[in-house]
Amino acid sequence: MKSSVIVFPGSNCDRDVAVALKKYQINNQMVWHNEVKLPKSDLVVLPGGFSYGDYLRTGCIASKTRIIDDVIAHAKRGGLILGICNGFQILIETGLLPGTLLRNKKLKFISKNVHLKVTNTNNNFCSNYKKKNIIQLPIAHNEGNYFASNKIIKSLEDTESIAFKYCGEKGEISEIFNPNGSSNNIAGILNSEKNILGMMPHPERVIDPLLSGTDGSILFESLFKS
Amino acid sequence: MKISAIVTLKKDVLDPQGKVVNQTLKNMGYKNILNIRQGKYFEIEIHESDKEKCKKIAKEICEKLLSNVIIEDYTINIK
Repeated sequence: MKSSVIVFPGSNCDRDVAVALKKYQINNQMVWHNEVKLPKSDLVVLPGGFSYGDYLRTGCIASKTRIIDDVIAHAKRGGLILGICNGFQILIETGLLPGTLLRNKKLKFISKNVHLKVTNTNNNFCSNYKKKNIIQLPIAHNEGNYFASNKIIKSLEDTESIAFKYCGEKGEISEIFNPNGSSNNIAGILNSEKNILGMMPHPERVIDPLLSGTDGSILFESLFKS
Repeated sequence: MKISAIVTLKKDVLDPQGKVVNQTLKNMGYKNILNIRQGKYFEIEIHESDKEKCKKIAKEICEKLLSNVIIEDYTINIK
């Protein structure tokens, strides 16, 4: 499997995710945002960070850069796209995923480990979570409060397009385990074709039992398998 | 021609920054402030003298870049 990590000015999780991809034998290339064409890739990763200093709106300027046209073409061909944190915000701004990400309800940057329930395991990103669907990953964001019209939220639920929800230790989904005010505790969503995943938590930071744990590595193992 | 655009959150979208500013003003003693909504203000200079054309360009850039139409409204003022 071949992947491309797009690097924007202000990306800061690009190398972490490259290490994670390499660890799971995914042949990765870093691609500067000013390129016009993607190298041959099965997977495109939009990494976390603060692309363009979050000017105007998070992910907004990055969503208008030159490489994005080819990323959108890759999506339309059915290619896989993974957007983590700022990458999720960029996917929202390109219109590849519905809804929007508002500032956290309590206006604070949140950096901590949270419990998540994997609510859809029938996709290329999460298939290996069938064995373990309550996991712990870190979040680190200021704008992660997922918001969309009731109609969109309902269609996300109906089409099983919600991949991750914030939950308690035992998988209880309720408002008290919602760190940022997201509608329906949403932490990550898929498009209706399930080839695009946008998520606020950082799986690439949890790929080594010595450092942090292995809950994130399950996502990369699923990708390798696909 | 000079144009200004104001982008604000839609009425039914929670504006936590506005809320905090409102609360701070109350703490400062301004008891009669009812509500505050925070927004963004853009000054745009366009190399074009036709008013209608300017309006069209301004509308387009507001919808494509300056605002997120899911949660924000915009108003355009031509001087």
